[in-house]
Amino acid sequence: MKSLAELQAIRDRARAQIELRQENPNAAKVLVGMATCGIAAGARPVLNAFTEEIAKRGLTKDVTVTQTGCIGICQYEPVVEVEVPGQEKVTYVKVAPEMVPRIVNDHLVNHNVVTEYTIGAIK
Amino acid sequence: MYRSNVLVCGGTGCTSSHSLLIAEKLKEELKAKGLDKEVNVITTGCFGLCALGPIMVVYPEGSFYSMVKVEDVPEIVEEHLNKGRIVTRLLYQETVENDTIKSLNKTAFYEKQHRVALRNCGVIDPEKIDDYIANDGYAALGKVLTEMTPEQVIQTMLDSGLRGRGGAGFPTGLKWKFAAGNDADQKYVCCNADEGDPGAFMDRSVLEGDPHVVLEAMAIAGYAIGASQGYIYVRAEYPIAVKRLQIAIDQAHEYGLLGEDIFGTGFNFDIKLRLGAGAFVCGEETALMTSIEGKRGEPRPRPPFPAVKGLYRKPTILNNVETYANIPQIILKGADWFASMGTEKSKGTKVFALGGKINHTGLVEVPMGTTLRTIVEEIGGGIPNGKKFKAAQTGGPSGGCIPAEHLDVPIDYDNLIAIGSMMGSGGLIVMDEDNCMVDIAKFFLEFTVDESCGKCTPCRIGTKRLLEMLDKITKGQGTMEMLDEMEDLCNYIKANSLCGLGQTAPNPVLSTLRYFKDEYIAHVVDHKCPAGVCKDLLEFRIEKDKCFGCGMCAKKCPVGAITVTDYTAPGKKKPAYEIDTTKCIKCGACIATCKFNAVFKG
Repeated sequence: MKSLAELQAIRDRARAQIELRQENPNAAKVLVGMATCGIAAGARPVLNAFTEEIAKRGLTKDVTVTQTGCIGICQYEPVVEVEVPGQEKVTYVKVAPEMVPRIVNDHLVNHNVVTEYTIGAIK
Repeated sequence: MYRSNVLVCGGTGCTSSHSLLIAEKLKEELKAKGLDKEVNVITTGCFGLCALGPIMVVYPEGSFYSMVKVEDVPEIVEEHLNKGRIVTRLLYQETVENDTIKSLNKTAFYEKQHRVALRNCGVIDPEKIDDYIANDGYAALGKVLTEMTPEQVIQTMLDSGLRGRGGAGFPTGLKWKFAAGNDADQKYVCCNADEGDPGAFMDRSVLEGDPHVVLEAMAIAGYAIGASQGYIYVRAEYPIAVKRLQIAIDQAHEYGLLGEDIFGTGFNFDIKLRLGAGAFVCGEETALMTSIEGKRGEPRPRPPFPAVKGLYRKPTILNNVETYANIPQIILKGADWFASMGTEKSKGTKVFALGGKINHTGLVEVPMGTTLRTIVEEIGGGIPNGKKFKAAQTGGPSGGCIPAEHLDVPIDYDNLIAIGSMMGSGGLIVMDEDNCMVDIAKFFLEFTVDESCGKCTPCRIGTKRLLEMLDKITKGQGTMEMLDEMEDLCNYIKANSLCGLGQTAPNPVLSTLRYFKDEYIAHVVDHKCPAGVCKDLLEFRIEKDKCFGCGMCAKKCPVGAITVTDYTAPGKKKPAYEIDTTKCIKCGACIATCKFNAVFKG
């Protein structure tokens, strides 16, 4: 170790994992439906895509990604609920891993709901 | 990137109830389910709530599973980690309230705690230096080496008001200042990890849960006093601590955080481990250093103090593990931050190992000045089976007993001394009405008699004579004169012993004599042990009018001392039993067996 910058680099790299272990009551929540219906419809890659995307953007402290059970709209799985504190809960349906970066960027970072992915957009 | 972290406690308490097998099984199950790339299993240090071990915490949910068994692992993996359904039946029930799960930090055990020295215990993987660095590890060393002069470091320590956590409470900054002021070609930084008080496991938990913090703080101390070599004296009975310390030292070397030219500043510092063989006296500073030198661990008179002539007759500082654990954060957050916690003369927090008759046996860290009542009744969850609090023993064999009347005294160094006990390293043993105070004093004295190194006469012979007197009292052979004689002898041992061991050894006797003299008198005059502990003073008998004649006690009695009589109590159908006291070995099996509470002792 020859400089503080080196230490800082290691710190930043390792930080994301540690942040996962600290409870933050003000964190936004991403809840991925992981009941049998969700898993069958492909919720697991979606869950992992959220984890990766949030880590990539250094948001692990501000956003928690967890699973949740079946919320009763099995035909629309994978279902993802996003709760930003102080705002109404938003339900995204038929989520695919490709849609995840946009949800993270638009909704969690810039607070613009991606309306076309939500349950309200279903005809 | 893992989406979930499962922390399994790898502290000594949970390890002894097979937490490492649980971690193995978890990894196995996760692999079988293809979840091993998503869920990270981490073995951490102690969470503190040892009474509920083995402990497992799942993040990001923060689900706190207690008393987990290996058989529970498949269910946790399938339900929680795969499907996201928390296994409520295994949760620590205090976190479950009206069907919602509250944060662990809101439970009675954790809410009043303030974790400084233990901040990484139960959070990081102690065998991974990256985990430590992620939580600002080694940043304090970086700051000290690149931005501060040794004088500034010492001034920060002085301003913080940090006092030695090993028990005596000497100001850490002052110790460093003395050592820094001595010119010598070589100086040493030592760490006292020879935790020996019965029932104390604070230092052990820091070493097992956060070994790097000790290394970092020792390097800071080395810079402050101008030393390039450190020694950690740790007892060999702490195998997990020794192993993790060695791993930590190796990793720090690999990263160049120990060794030569640290952070490119030209500062060199290295640390070696020395294993102690478990002699209690080696926790005393001069004996410890003598032992590091490879000689027989015996104390020597002071002065010269170690800051002048210590290890290998060079200026040396010796601090306790918990003291070191506070230091990096004092550097990073400032002396004012540290001094804002605690009381006027005792700053910061103190870790206590809670044991004895208490519901939440474990490790707690509270700001100085917290009352004993808060620790025992709120954090500790009170005394099991609705029994009454009688006393708390602090400071181990060097400390004393605090009776119920002092439950509301704010705990700090000076207050504890004023009420006849001492902080000690932080063992806190709670006693209820079933504990005999004479027996407690005898227990601790037996320990010091065993552990006295024998170098000085007051300690070697004085404690032995004291124990003989106590032994007589517990056998009903004591006299009132003996009590006065004991007090005189105690004061003599305190005044004349060579080192801290002898100087404090009479404390358990003195403090029980001070607060529980009536119990001593009951033993001496009435030949009774009010708590029913001292076997020689006990007699077991059956209240014949309460006896239903079921005969269960007679079946359980290992020596056949219970026989049936020809007396049948009014309203009972079978004849009562009685105990032949000449045969009775006072094991208590009959009391435990009787469903009608007809057996009495006293």
